[in-house]
Amino acid sequence: MNSTEQTIINGRAAAAVLAAGVGSLAMGLFTTLKAVSKTIKGFYVFYFPTGELSGISTLAVLTWLIAWVVLHSSWKDRQVNFRKVFVITLVFIGLGLLGTFPPFFEMFKVFRG
Amino acid sequence: MLGFSYHKICTLIHGMAFGGILLLVFPAILIGLWSLRQGWITSTGSKAYVRLLAVGAWIVAVLAWLTDIIGSYVPYPWYRVRPEWLGVKEPVDLTQFPRSFLLADPNLALWEDFGMEWKEHLSWIVPILATAVACIVTTYGARLAEEQNKDIRNSLMALLTIAFLAACVSGLLGALITMLAPVR
Repeated sequence: MNSTEQTIINGRAAAAVLAAGVGSLAMGLFTTLKAVSKTIKGFYVFYFPTGELSGISTLAVLTWLIAWVVLHSSWKDRQVNFRKVFVITLVFIGLGLLGTFPPFFEMFKVFRG
Repeated sequence: MLGFSYHKICTLIHGMAFGGILLLVFPAILIGLWSLRQGWITSTGSKAYVRLLAVGAWIVAVLAWLTDIIGSYVPYPWYRVRPEWLGVKEPVDLTQFPRSFLLADPNLALWEDFGMEWKEHLSWIVPILATAVACIVTTYGARLAEEQNKDIRNSLMALLTIAFLAACVSGLLGALITMLAPVR
């Protein structure tokens, strides 16, 4: 290893990490929304044989990529508070995981009417 | 082919080939990241070590994408197809329609309502996290070993661990559901 440590810009890493959190959150959010409304559930069917999973996954991946591009262009040359960003990322991932958990999103079926 | 239908071969490629290799490579990359510390690796070996780590991280990311995309668009439609969609008339052999087979039996319905519902959504978080890790390892390389960058290194290990656990849950649920209601 190089013995002389140099300060490296952590903005690119922070952008990638936070965008991954946003992508996970989007996956959970879009999954939960399918339980809320039949209209939304129907909107998610981008490819009939795969059903609503096609729309949920496509939209989550698009959200992740857009978030990454935006965060990267904002932070690529900046030094950010990485710990803070990482804690927010973990919260987003936690909410994302919760949103994909059937006993959680099934609770929102009461809003379907 | 050797008693395997086209559908079964595709399901095996999704679950056993891509998914299985993915689960095997995950721990290797985790150990690789954990070992990436100043003083643990010689300066001569660091370039090759980090290059190998980056290649491994990308293998994990690519396998995660392939497993999810193939799983969602090849065997999953065969799993969820309903007899009425194909115009199949009574009496229906539900063993040809895995999802309907599970839902028809109150003792097995939970495998679809909980198992498949969780697996199909949870698994899409894996490639997102794995790609972030692979990009950061490629971008920062050997500098991740420096003490001042340990926060970044630790965050990568955390993301990879979450992705690994999510992949384990998805893989296990997929294997159990396939045992109960295989795609034929």
